Formats: sequence, structure tokens, C-alpha cells
Amino acid sequence: MPRHEGFFFAPKTAWKALLMTAQPAESLTGAQSLVRSLESVGAEVVFGIPGGAILPAYDPLFDSKTLRHILVRHEQGAGHAAEGYAQATGKVGVCMATSGPGATNLVTPIADAYMDSVPMVAITGQVPSGSIGTDAFQEADIVGITMPITKHNFLVQHVDDIPRTIAEAFHLASTGRPGPVLVDLPKDILQQTGSFAWPPQLDLPGYHPTTRPHAKQVREAAKLIASAKRPVLYVGGGVLKARAAAELRVLAELTGIPVVTTLMARGAFPDSHPQHLGMPGMHGTVSAVTSLQKSDLLICLGARFDDRVTGKLDSFAPGAAVIHADIDPAEIGKNRTADVPIVGDCRETIADLVVAVGELYEAGTRADISAWWAEVDGWRQRYPLGYAEPTDGSLAPQHVITRIGQIAGPEAIFVSGVGQHQMWASQFISYENPYTWLNSGGAGTMGYAVPAAMGAKVGRPEATVWAIDGDGCFQMTNQELVTCAIEGIPIKVAVINNGNLGMVRQWQTLFYDSRYSNTKLQSKRIPDFVKLAEAMGCVGLRCDTTSDVDATIEKAMAVDDAPVVIDFVVGEDAMVWPMVPAGTSNDEILAARDTRPVWDANDV
Amino acid sequence: MALTRHTLSVLVEDKPGVLARVAALFSRRGFNIESLAVGPTEHPTVSRMTIVVAVEDLPLEQVTKQLNKLINVLKIVELDPAASVQRELLLVKVKADLASRSHVLETVQLFRAKVVDVAADAVTIEATGTSDKLSALIRVLEPFGIREMVQSGMVAVGRGARSMTGAEPRLRSAS
Repeated sequence: MPRHEGFFFAPKTAWKALLMTAQPAESLTGAQSLVRSLESVGAEVVFGIPGGAILPAYDPLFDSKTLRHILVRHEQGAGHAAEGYAQATGKVGVCMATSGPGATNLVTPIADAYMDSVPMVAITGQVPSGSIGTDAFQEADIVGITMPITKHNFLVQHVDDIPRTIAEAFHLASTGRPGPVLVDLPKDILQQTGSFAWPPQLDLPGYHPTTRPHAKQVREAAKLIASAKRPVLYVGGGVLKARAAAELRVLAELTGIPVVTTLMARGAFPDSHPQHLGMPGMHGTVSAVTSLQKSDLLICLGARFDDRVTGKLDSFAPGAAVIHADIDPAEIGKNRTADVPIVGDCRETIADLVVAVGELYEAGTRADISAWWAEVDGWRQRYPLGYAEPTDGSLAPQHVITRIGQIAGPEAIFVSGVGQHQMWASQFISYENPYTWLNSGGAGTMGYAVPAAMGAKVGRPEATVWAIDGDGCFQMTNQELVTCAIEGIPIKVAVINNGNLGMVRQWQTLFYDSRYSNTKLQSKRIPDFVKLAEAMGCVGLRCDTTSDVDATIEKAMAVDDAPVVIDFVVGEDAMVWPMVPAGTSNDEILAARDTRPVWDANDV
Repeated sequence: MALTRHTLSVLVEDKPGVLARVAALFSRRGFNIESLAVGPTEHPTVSRMTIVVAVEDLPLEQVTKQLNKLINVLKIVELDPAASVQRELLLVKVKADLASRSHVLETVQLFRAKVVDVAADAVTIEATGTSDKLSALIRVLEPFGIREMVQSGMVAVGRGARSMTGAEPRLRSAS
């Protein structure tokens, strides 16, 4: 069994197990101590690039038997790969870079991991202690720079502190609300000799995440759940972080309540489940958005009332009471006041709710929600997800993505960039399993897909991993396909190539009178993605007609010894629907262009 | 929007960068610090910050929750002005020639302040008190001509025998 299996979701037990393996202190260099600490904490893969300040660490890394270092082509790729690895496996992702520009290239993925609560440890070299503050070559105050985008960060000042700092970094990254932690290591500290002892004693007196939900709050929540007539389970990424998909299903089926899963929670509840209404928010389904709007009780589990979900906040779900369960107390009441706040781990909270609600049901307290379901089903039937076939004979991007989902199947992992293709991938692929949908939700980082897919494939080598990318996104980070080809990481990339920054173009169509300022990428052939793929050691395929879609996907599925890139040349006029225009009320949802859903008189 | 001043006492680990973490948190979450004072406590590894912030009640809860998320923050208590002693320190250099010196000294006595430096045509006055008292002193001194002044952030401690740090097992383990 990998040493830290279960580490992520049962940290206390795992730490006790680690503490059992105490070893006597040894004399090691800081660099050796770093590598031994990473090995001891259970890290298996490091994505990184060496450079001057981190160079000492790369020497012992060269000899490590258990740590695989994957040499990426850009530090941003290392960061997103660590994220993809973490999101696919639940383990802490590790990336490494040198000082200055190496470290600053990690800033985007660190910010991304912070917004999406991804457990990640970033290790950066720093100029020697004596040079800090002198504007030395390749010096950047990366601790200062990443302070607002890390859960915590460290500048190591003594060689003996390395094991403890690494252990603390992994502990912080993986427990409570997960997040990125950066450890900055001055070169002289890596070169000095110090003592290494494992396990170190953690010294985090200010860190005590609450995981056990308060029993009284759970009982209050259960009462609301049992008596609500129009309840909705509003499920967020916290359910996945807490590895609570099984518990969620039990709660949903016990109560029969409709479920919506946010962009970060896709896969937490099977899309095929009859209670699932799909994704809420700006591009959510009409039934998911509307059921939240007209609900009398939102049971919010590990979600954070993000603006992309709520629309105009003061008109969001105006008639609903709110149960808000989150491991981060600062999320509760941040955007929407909670009637019943529950601070705790989502898995424990949901498990306790199942018991408490079950007891109320047995005692005969159970509101009838069949009338609610009749309404919800009405919306679902009248406004299903769909798209109009292009009239110009071009390939529909939604069709491509639908077929990739169907052919690759529900065990595959889908990783998207940011934009139209991301929304379509969220809407038109049926997610049946947790951890099969990875994307950049909070930060909206274009360029996430290729390196994150690489990380996911490294973490889950047996799974088919598809990156669904746009041509804009793909041109930001495709250099990591070289890494994939050389390191034997056979991901599949579908470039949804509409020759435009599609989502921005969609906004220009709708809100800027179709004035397409700087969204046209000028050509669907420059670069030639097939040749580009081949130049990077991948198989390159192209498809531009509907009749070839299946065969091309099948061809890509048949390749298992090299990365594959398919250039899907699609029309540029396809738009993402439904849509709630930014800053407006969710009541203003448009099912399609100029098509506002018609509610029954008694709906309003 | 009615803003209220709140005084937060924040116990933090005495580690490099902790002041930057706290100060940056306030600015990035959109809160204005009116005053901030930091210094050691009776625990060698623990520092205490007194932060005065003007916010509405709900954002205050958000501030304290966000502060609590900082790994180096150990404990936060809001001090009620009625149940705490709050003090600021003022050093003010006032023009005081032969003609005005006796009037200046009279003011110093009235406010139970003291003169800590004297020059031919100026005196430097040290005063402690609440911000209201110090504002009053400044108003009275202004006509004489204030040449320079410097004021500390507020420090505050709860009244009564109870200690903010004493009953805290975390702090004992930290120190």
C-alpha cells in the first residue's frame, strides 16, 4: 500500500502511523534532508525544473529510489501538474522550482490551487540567506508574493528546521480546508549540514481545524430538512475534498431531495441519478438554477455561494432558509447568512445528518416534497440541456464533447481549460464518479488543462485521461506535451478549435454589439495543431466533420503509448446556454439566446 | 453605512512575517486598520497585537474568521471599551517661548501629561490616555503651535482578574 494512502482524508490516523516509524537522528545536508523529508512524508512525484538556487536539492533527488521527478518545460506546468495529480488522487501534489522567475512562474498555479482548495506543496530555492534583500541575481520575495494565495508559507532559516517544515507543509496542505503551501529554501541552508530526524514534532499551535460537526447544529439542520417543502441539496467541491460522495448519495436517497452539483463538485453525485438536476450557476441547467431560486431550504454542503452560482446575490434564492456546512468557518456567512451553520468535515457532517434525519423520519416528521418534485420535473422536461446544430455546416463543439464523454466512458478523467469548452465539458459529459472532472473553477486559469491532465495521468496511470481544451488555452501551456511524450504520460487532448477566444467572443456577441475586439486568433491553421503535436512527439489527428468524430475519437482511444492531440475544427458561432448574464439575478436566466423560460403563473 | 470602531486583541506566534500577514489580510479583504500596536507578552514565543478597525458588525465577524485562519494567529478577543483599559501614547513638540511657556505647562498639568524635553523655544510633551483624551490635549495645544507629533497605536487589556493568555492551553504549549 502506498505509504500515505488515506493520508488525505484521515490525516490524524495517518500522522499517528507516521509517528510510529521513528528513526534516530542522522547528519545530512539540507538538500538531503529535504529529499528524505519528502520521501518520508510519502511524496511519490515531484514536478519541477532545476536552477541555481535549488540546485543542491537536485543532487540527492537524482539518487532517490521512491521520488519520481518529472522535468516539465515551464514551472507553470509543474504547478498545474501537481494540482491535477492532487485532484485526481486526493494526495498532496508537489512542485519544485528555483528562485526568482522559477518561483514566480509558480504563482498562477498556486493562486489556482488556493481558489480551488487543492492540496499542494510548492518548494522553491531562494538566494543564500546572506543575499536576501540585496536584489541578488534571481532573487524574488516569493514568500511575500505568495502570502495572499497560500494557506501558509515558510522561509526556512535553519537547516535543522527542514524536516519539521516539510512535515508541517504537508499537514497544512492536506488537512482542514486543503490548499497550497510554499516552502522557500535559501541555497546556503540546503548546503549546510544539519540533523535529520523523522518524524519531526509539528509546531502549529494556531492550527486546529474543526472536523467534528456540532451535534446541536446537526439536529437543527435535520429538523429543517425533515420539514422543508422545497429543499435542494446544493453540493460543492468540499464534498469531493472530504471524500464524501458515498455519504452524499445515502443522504440524497434517504431524503429524496433534488441535488445540484457546482462546477467544482461535478462527479460528486452521478449525473445519471434521477434526483440530479445538474450544475447551477451562470451556465447551469434551468432546472438547477430555478430550483435554487424557488427553494425554501438550501442544504449547502461544501460550497461557498460563489458569484457564478448566486448571480446577483441579494436576489439569490430569496425564499430559502440556509443550512451551510463547511470546514472553513470563514465561508459561513461570508456571502449569504446561514440559518444553521455547521463547521466540520463534510463527510462527518453528512454522515451525522443521515442519522439525525433518519430519526426524525422514524418519528413521523417528514414533509411531503412530491409537489416540489412535480414543479422541478416540469422545468427539467421543458428546459433540458441542448444545443442548436450549426446552420453553416460546421462541426458543433457540443457534439464533439458529448461523443468524447460517451466513447471514453464514465471511468475516464476529463480535464478542461477555461472558457466555452469548459462549460460544454461540464454540461455534456455525464459524470458518474468522483474525481473524474478536473478544472480551474475559482481562478479560471486558461492553460490549466494540458499540464493538469499530465499530473492526473501520473497519479492515475490506469485511467484514460482526456484534456478538453480550447485553442486559446492550448496555446498557453501545450509545451507540456513534450514532457508527456518524453516521460511516457499518454494523455489525450481534444483541442476544440474555433479560432477564437470563444467565451470572450460570446460576451462580445451578447454585450458588445458583436464587435470582436481581439478575440479572433486569426487562423484555425496557424499553428497547425497536428504538426505541432507531431513536433512534440505526439500523435496528431484532425477532424472537421460530424461524420468523422467517432472514428477520430476511437483512433485516439486506440493509442496508448503516446500522447494524442486531436484538432477538432469547429464553428465559431456556437454559444454556451443557458446563461445568466453577469451581475443579474438568476431569475433572468436565458435558456437560449432571447429565450427566457416561461414560468407558470403560480411559480412567481 | 454606520461604522463602529472595534478593538481586537490578537495573540500571534512571534515569527518573522506575522505582522505582514495580519496587515496584508486587512487590506486584501478590504478593511481599514485605524491603529495597530504590537509587542511582546508574558509568553516568550507569543506577541500581542492590538488592532483598532472601523467596520460594520457582520464584516467584523468575517475579519476575525479570516484572521483565525492565519496559521500564526493563536487567539482573538474583541475588547469592549467599557470593560477594558485602552491607552495610546502621544509625543508632541509644542512651540513654547518665554511668553507662552507657562500656559503650555499649565495645559500639561491639566492633562496629567509630562514634559520630557525642553529647548529654548519648544517643549516636548508625553501624554498617555484614550484617544479622546489625547485628541482633547492636541486641540488645546494647537493654538501654541504644534511643530511635530507622533502617536502610538492603541494598546488595551481587559479589566478584572481574568487573563486573555492565562487559560489557554495552546499558548502554554506554544511557549
